[in-house]
Amino acid sequence: MPPSFGKGMTRSTSSILAVPFALVLAVFFVLPLLLVVVVSFWDYTEYSLIPDLILMNYAELLHGCFDWDQGLCTTFATYLSTFKYVFLTWCFTLVIGFGVALYLVFCVRSLKMQIVLFLVCTIPFWTSNVIRMISWIPLLGRNGIVNTALMSMGVIDQPIEWLLYSGFSVTLGFVHLYTLFMVVPIFNSMAKIDKSLIEAAKDSGASAWQIITNIIIPLSRSGIMIGSIFVITIVVGDFITIGVLGGQQIASVGKIIYVEMSYLQFPAAAANAVVLVSITLLMVAAMMRIVNVRKEL
Amino acid sequence: MFSRAQTAWLTIFFSCFVIFLYGPVLSIILLAFQGPEGGLTFPMRGFSLHWFEELWRGLGVVDISRGLRRSLFLGVLVMIFTVVLSLCAGLAFRKKFRGSGVLFYLTIASLIIPSIAISLGIALQFRLLDETVKWLGQTLEIQWIIDDFQTSMGLIASGLGTHLTWTLPFGLLIMFAVFNRFNPSYEEAARDLGATPWQTFWGVVFPLIAPALVGVALFGFTLSYDELARSSQALGAVNTLPLELRGLTTTVTNPSIYALGAVTTGVSFLVIGLSLGLFWVLRRKAGNIR
Repeated sequence: MPPSFGKGMTRSTSSILAVPFALVLAVFFVLPLLLVVVVSFWDYTEYSLIPDLILMNYAELLHGCFDWDQGLCTTFATYLSTFKYVFLTWCFTLVIGFGVALYLVFCVRSLKMQIVLFLVCTIPFWTSNVIRMISWIPLLGRNGIVNTALMSMGVIDQPIEWLLYSGFSVTLGFVHLYTLFMVVPIFNSMAKIDKSLIEAAKDSGASAWQIITNIIIPLSRSGIMIGSIFVITIVVGDFITIGVLGGQQIASVGKIIYVEMSYLQFPAAAANAVVLVSITLLMVAAMMRIVNVRKEL
Repeated sequence: MFSRAQTAWLTIFFSCFVIFLYGPVLSIILLAFQGPEGGLTFPMRGFSLHWFEELWRGLGVVDISRGLRRSLFLGVLVMIFTVVLSLCAGLAFRKKFRGSGVLFYLTIASLIIPSIAISLGIALQFRLLDETVKWLGQTLEIQWIIDDFQTSMGLIASGLGTHLTWTLPFGLLIMFAVFNRFNPSYEEAARDLGATPWQTFWGVVFPLIAPALVGVALFGFTLSYDELARSSQALGAVNTLPLELRGLTTTVTNPSIYALGAVTTGVSFLVIGLSLGLFWVLRRKAGNIR
């Protein structure tokens, strides 16, 4: 039997096809990350990097973190602030994403309509994130629609200040940007649920709520996990949304790394990045234990 | 499974979500068409193309059209690389090979490791490369390096590589989804009828997976065209459109920034529309083969 591409090829020829892909990842992903780890042990001056093997960058990172009577150190406070947004965004995107997927799978009858509405939910993913952040400004600003409307209705006397450049607008921005990362995988696993299961439950007298909690949630677990991994890993390293929608007051780990880089303090930034990446990978490893990603595609 | 009232509530919920998703962007596109006295917010003052003309003339020091051209160029380049590399890797992954597990986990890692860490790594990599080149130039007395060499960073080197770490995982995951559902009996039939591997691929496999490749291309172009987090430190002196745009959010205080938003959203929608159109056409063709 003559070989064909992929299936049926000898092992060595088929693996050659993966080489360019692997090379790109090796040069632009693995090597840079290794450099980050290496440089996190280097010394530096204002204008140069000095190869070394010191723990100074990590020591500075944790400076004052174990003096409990001094209050929270900057690093812990920053992680706390970052995780606050991770948690809030995760909760909102999960609830909204689950609801949207539930509607698409169980309320939309025709397949064509389902595809159209699914596309409506995913199209913003292919447009610019910065534009989608900026677009909140005319709505939430001091003289924005929300304030003007509330004032003309007499609900408030003066504009609400915390709508824009605040924790509120940052959370709103995250939810706006990343809910579709929840919708798509949850939709995917919900669509695989055998409809006869639900019919059976219904015939035995289960309420919609019981069907959701006892059948749909357990069976869309993997979609929920994949969506959560996406949302959590994106928000934990964010510095752009927090920069554009948070004004200058809100701290995040990503922003610290970004600022250190702009001051050319690469080793300090690298130490921060090593900690951030380790924490991210630990969280993902924990979540991957619950679901086999590769089986879900 | 839902009662009529429950369905109605869910429909309202979904409609609110769609408004939440599109409302803000529509509002800035609308505001971009204001008259010359218009400000950053509603109510609309007049209706004109004034702010687009303003944008055309350029916003201060920032060269928008050059940023746009760079982004389009890089987007197309990333798109081509993403399609070809993901397709090849996707074919390879149809069989287990040595290191396939590692490569799969690396791909997932490239997707989930915070972008700022990757951006930092690439910035470091090219900084060290530059220093090495300069050192070599000085020790070997290569004149053009001593005189002219600034940096090896740029769109095609660090820019392309950085964007690929973001687009390739999406491309490969799409290929997995395709080949997991792919029925190999079509290929086997072609082979049994005496087709060469090359004929089997171009005549049977390729037309069947072509719609999915359009999807990969769409991801490749749009993700690169809008990429910001990974590019932020990895491009050196050249700026792509999203980078310019983020800079403008703090300096420009008139609706021309909305006009720019409208233009780039227009480009995105054009690309999405074309891709979806092409997707349907190719899908119909693939259906004919089946």
